[in-house]
Amino acid sequence: MTASMQPAPAQAILDPDVKEDRSGDGAPVVALSGAWDIRALESRARILKARLISAGAGRNWDLSRIQRLDHIGALLIWQAWGKRRPAGLALAPQHEVFFANLDAATGTLPVVPFDRLRLVRALGAATLLALEHLLGLVQLLGQILIDSLALLRHPLHGPWREISASVFRVGTQALGITALVGFLIGVVLSYLSAEQLKAFGANIFIINLLGMGIIRELGPVIAAVLVAGRSGSAITAQLGVMRVTEELDALSVMGIPHTVRLILPKIVALAIAMPLLILWTSGIALIGGALAASAQLGISVNSFMTGLPGAVPVVNLWLAMGKGVVFGALIALVACHFGLRVQPNTESLGIGTTNSVVTSITAVIIADAVFAVIFSDVGISLS
Amino acid sequence: MTPVIEVAGLWTQFGDHIVHKDLNLTVMSGEVVSLVGGSGSGKTTLMRQILGLERPARGTVKVFGIPLQGSSMQMLLKIRKRWGVLFQEGALYSALSVFDNIALPLRELRAFDEDFVHDMVMLKLDMVDIERRHAAKMPADLSGGMIKRIALARALVLEPELVFLDEPTAGLDPDRSESFVKLIQSLHQKLSLTVIMVTHDLDTLVSLSDKIAVLAEQKLIVYGTLREAIAVKHPFILNFFLGERGLRALSAVGASVKLKDAN
Repeated sequence: MTASMQPAPAQAILDPDVKEDRSGDGAPVVALSGAWDIRALESRARILKARLISAGAGRNWDLSRIQRLDHIGALLIWQAWGKRRPAGLALAPQHEVFFANLDAATGTLPVVPFDRLRLVRALGAATLLALEHLLGLVQLLGQILIDSLALLRHPLHGPWREISASVFRVGTQALGITALVGFLIGVVLSYLSAEQLKAFGANIFIINLLGMGIIRELGPVIAAVLVAGRSGSAITAQLGVMRVTEELDALSVMGIPHTVRLILPKIVALAIAMPLLILWTSGIALIGGALAASAQLGISVNSFMTGLPGAVPVVNLWLAMGKGVVFGALIALVACHFGLRVQPNTESLGIGTTNSVVTSITAVIIADAVFAVIFSDVGISLS
Repeated sequence: MTPVIEVAGLWTQFGDHIVHKDLNLTVMSGEVVSLVGGSGSGKTTLMRQILGLERPARGTVKVFGIPLQGSSMQMLLKIRKRWGVLFQEGALYSALSVFDNIALPLRELRAFDEDFVHDMVMLKLDMVDIERRHAAKMPADLSGGMIKRIALARALVLEPELVFLDEPTAGLDPDRSESFVKLIQSLHQKLSLTVIMVTHDLDTLVSLSDKIAVLAEQKLIVYGTLREAIAVKHPFILNFFLGERGLRALSAVGASVKLKDAN
């Protein structure tokens, strides 16, 4: 194939123009001239289209003085013709190609009919989807249990390095943010409670209030919400991208079950790291609370700390750690479930990550409520 | 003929790794130029340099006579409206349907009404041989060959003068890649496009290219017709063109090579 030759422009390229003219025998002719390509039309397409239409169909058209033409220009003219080639048309031979397959452009897309039962269908679909998610979660949990039983027979084949790496990522690297948030919550809570307690002269009960509130409830929930936002989204996105790039399929065909290599380490790591993070967050929150209490109520940090064991029975600490194990495993399970469901496109990845975080935070709050009901008479001293 | 692309004294460097060292390339209007070279020789990087996706460490890249470095945003935007790019994996927006993918560049201009956009998309779909029942589908539901053709339709929707093709036939079966080559050939003739293409596929290379740019040792070792490229004694060229696969591809189009020689 030789390089195609472009005709050298003999004269300056003019702006596109529409003129109503008369031909030699006096018949009215619409004459177009100048450049009718995208560069020229970009700024004046609407005006020119209106002028073309007002010039009227059924007349003779002279397109031979057009200097440049492309499909954009040809389509604009074609639409003004009512998508039919007019009877009287003068067209330069090199521009014929742009009008050759314009018939293909006409016709419409199949229209989706309006659905009267749209809302009912949406409700049904949402219910089925929720059930499907539940089933998927149970299946995933079952698969993991089966795979970890197999692991018990060959404990050396376990994904220990992956677990260790995950503990570092979800635990150690979360120390900073959990400390900051925990400290601020402790300070704020202490300040607000101090005002109320001062009014009743019950200053010393700040220790009971903060101790019970933070160790039993706030510490676990705050740490879990932070970890769900931080690590849950990361897990979902990681598994989702692995789905998009077919890495999950590559693992499957190598006979490596992704439950053992990818999901189990994350669940175990979060179940280990979460109670430790809760301990850390509660500790820092109590320090923040104690500092605020000493500033506001004059209770020294030292007496705050010595009063704490008397105010909060130690079983509360074990309860918080137990919550941590459950919250951690829940967050990881939900995140993995949504990660594995990501479809190979970018939008699905975004939706999956959002759903993962929202669902895991909701699951954590629900689990916390269940804990509160079950252990309602454990560790609450009324002395 | 005016030069469409002028690359002068180009250096590309990633850390200590030098990809291009004092590279020069000029592409004239209407030419089909293939970039070839071994893996890691910087073919795709050179294309990304010309597209303005990478910054040269030294040297200049001009497209349509406008330097990519130091030009105003408006000038760069003008260049970007005049070229179309077919990425290796198609790079269709996975959140948009086939129709919306092709319509996107047209709608961005805000110059045309929806009726016009619709007809233009249909025209382009027809041009790349995609049936209109596929228009409402999402990219994830399409085969690799269809994604390539739809990506080509998207690249062509603004009537570009310059088209970049990154591995246009990689991942297509021989039948599909044959028809893809024919498609590009006919579009090139009809629309008098300038085409820059990165390819490993000898059949594509031999049947489409006017000129071949061979990248090795951080620069262009040859830039000329197929006959000129083969004449150069360099290990890469010996392996690539005159190896078993190369000879087979060359002999299959032997007639056209002779024809080129006569010109």
